[in-house]
Amino acid sequence: MGTHNYNFTEQFEFTGKAKTLSIIAIVIGLAAIGYGFSAEALHERTFANLLLMAYYFACVCMSGAFFLAVQFVAQAGWSASILRVPEAMAKVLPIAVIILLLVMGAGLYSHNLYHHWHAEGLTDPNSPNFDKLIAGKSAFLNVPFFMGRQIVFLAIYSAFAFYLAKWSNNEDLEGGLNSYRKSFKYSCIFLVIYGFTTPIFAFDTVMSLEAHWFSTMFGWYNFAAMWVSSLATIAIIIILLKKAGYMNWVNNSHLHNLGQFIFGFSIFWTYVWFAQFLLIYYANMPEETVYFYKRFEHYEFWFYLNLVLNFLAPVLLLMDRDNKRQENILLTVSIVVLCGHWVDYYQMIMPGTVAEEHGFGIIEVGTAIGFVGLFTFTVLNALSKKPLIAKNHPFLQESLHHQL
Amino acid sequence: MNNTKYILGSFGDPDEMMHGIDKLQENNIKIHDVYTPMPIHGIEAKLGVKRSRLDIAAFFFGITGTCTMLSFVYYAAAIDWPINIGGKAHFALPDFIPITFELTILFCAFGLVGSYYASTHLFPGRAPRVMDLRATDDRFVIAVDAKENTDHTKIDDLLKEAGALEVKHNERKYISYE
Repeated sequence: MGTHNYNFTEQFEFTGKAKTLSIIAIVIGLAAIGYGFSAEALHERTFANLLLMAYYFACVCMSGAFFLAVQFVAQAGWSASILRVPEAMAKVLPIAVIILLLVMGAGLYSHNLYHHWHAEGLTDPNSPNFDKLIAGKSAFLNVPFFMGRQIVFLAIYSAFAFYLAKWSNNEDLEGGLNSYRKSFKYSCIFLVIYGFTTPIFAFDTVMSLEAHWFSTMFGWYNFAAMWVSSLATIAIIIILLKKAGYMNWVNNSHLHNLGQFIFGFSIFWTYVWFAQFLLIYYANMPEETVYFYKRFEHYEFWFYLNLVLNFLAPVLLLMDRDNKRQENILLTVSIVVLCGHWVDYYQMIMPGTVAEEHGFGIIEVGTAIGFVGLFTFTVLNALSKKPLIAKNHPFLQESLHHQL
Repeated sequence: MNNTKYILGSFGDPDEMMHGIDKLQENNIKIHDVYTPMPIHGIEAKLGVKRSRLDIAAFFFGITGTCTMLSFVYYAAAIDWPINIGGKAHFALPDFIPITFELTILFCAFGLVGSYYASTHLFPGRAPRVMDLRATDDRFVIAVDAKENTDHTKIDDLLKEAGALEVKHNERKYISYE
């Protein structure tokens, strides 16, 4: 314990290697996407990859806002000194939202995405393309309502993310408890909205790619995936900042907490994943098992890799207390979990779009690198705008003295 | 002959007690144990208390549960009484994951309760052994073994100096609730 001498005005400088590398990554991404659009046959695959990464990007950022809200609602003290990192992620959400909406809009328009429910004559009884199931769902799955829902949900998330970041900024300038009280109140509202709307968001964005099939667990399964990948991202950013000499108030007890979060929610993800799988496996009804049938036929490797990366790796590596407290192990596991959730989304999205013609090559790797670069660039840019610590946060002292 | 077995310094304030621990340690007086009515941050490190091994025990109890259930289910469903259920394999692993999970938790929980009782000498029906009753209420108590540390007046002085409200010389190790 004892007194601390931390620099509360410390600010991240976004220059040098981080900036160059993230710009190079964005260029690689653009090149890969350009390559994907150069040949007609690759369009659908490129769109599927764009949707995957845009969805991933948006999910990580909106879970950053969710992280903030959870900390406020729980009145958590330990996290007060690291809140600027999820805040930066939340601030980037509008950019992610615009990209996601563009990808979905272009995909719908060019019939590369969502063609299972959006095609000529699907709902017309006299058409040869008529699909009774899709016609039955068309009150929900039609383009205006679909895009409308997306825009409304994502706008609400972005607005809450924007205001939570703004109040934290006001707190820096004015002090006092007003900002904290406001953040608490609106975080409560945000969590309720978020809890009810993210499953629908996941149903729309990913599950509707295979519109005949449905699972009520799907929303929670996606929620678990986005939340744990966001936690892993927060851990990675904090550890890398620490390695670069910033945020020296973060001690291994903070890392321990993040490690517990990643460990716990990796298990939660597996729990929801398994709950969805077991019921379908056990009941063995053709209209449900078709989902896993497709994955066993053409995606068996990815299917099992998904479990290894997202369940076995974090469980075995983070079970020990000392491992959660070590920067390098936590960093490795976080990266594994992030890659794991890419695989997770990959085997959610690809069978509904490119099906048998999926692959793992320039387009997949390039798009992923491009979005990682974009995320790094925008988040670090947002992070460099404000001091790295919320100096007037009411629980700051508790966080600085945090010890587990 | 002095019959004092333990010297207890009773403090009203945790900071003063921590200060008392420092004082005794500076003078190379070994502390037997410290009793507090609430958990105190950083006290384990200061006293050099070893980390609990309960988590390792938990892991092995859990693994035992997993193995027990899987082997039992294998015996019951595949060897002793194979039944065709929905055309699935007799030992269809996904079916048995929930019950295996439950048994892992059950073994882990019971095992931990047992090891906790065993390591703290606490179990139902046994009178708890307490050195100072008020350590369970409002006092922070440092206990020093009087047989090992023979300079009793010095210990008394150090404890008083640090702010002890009361220093007791106990001739018995424990007093109980009887």
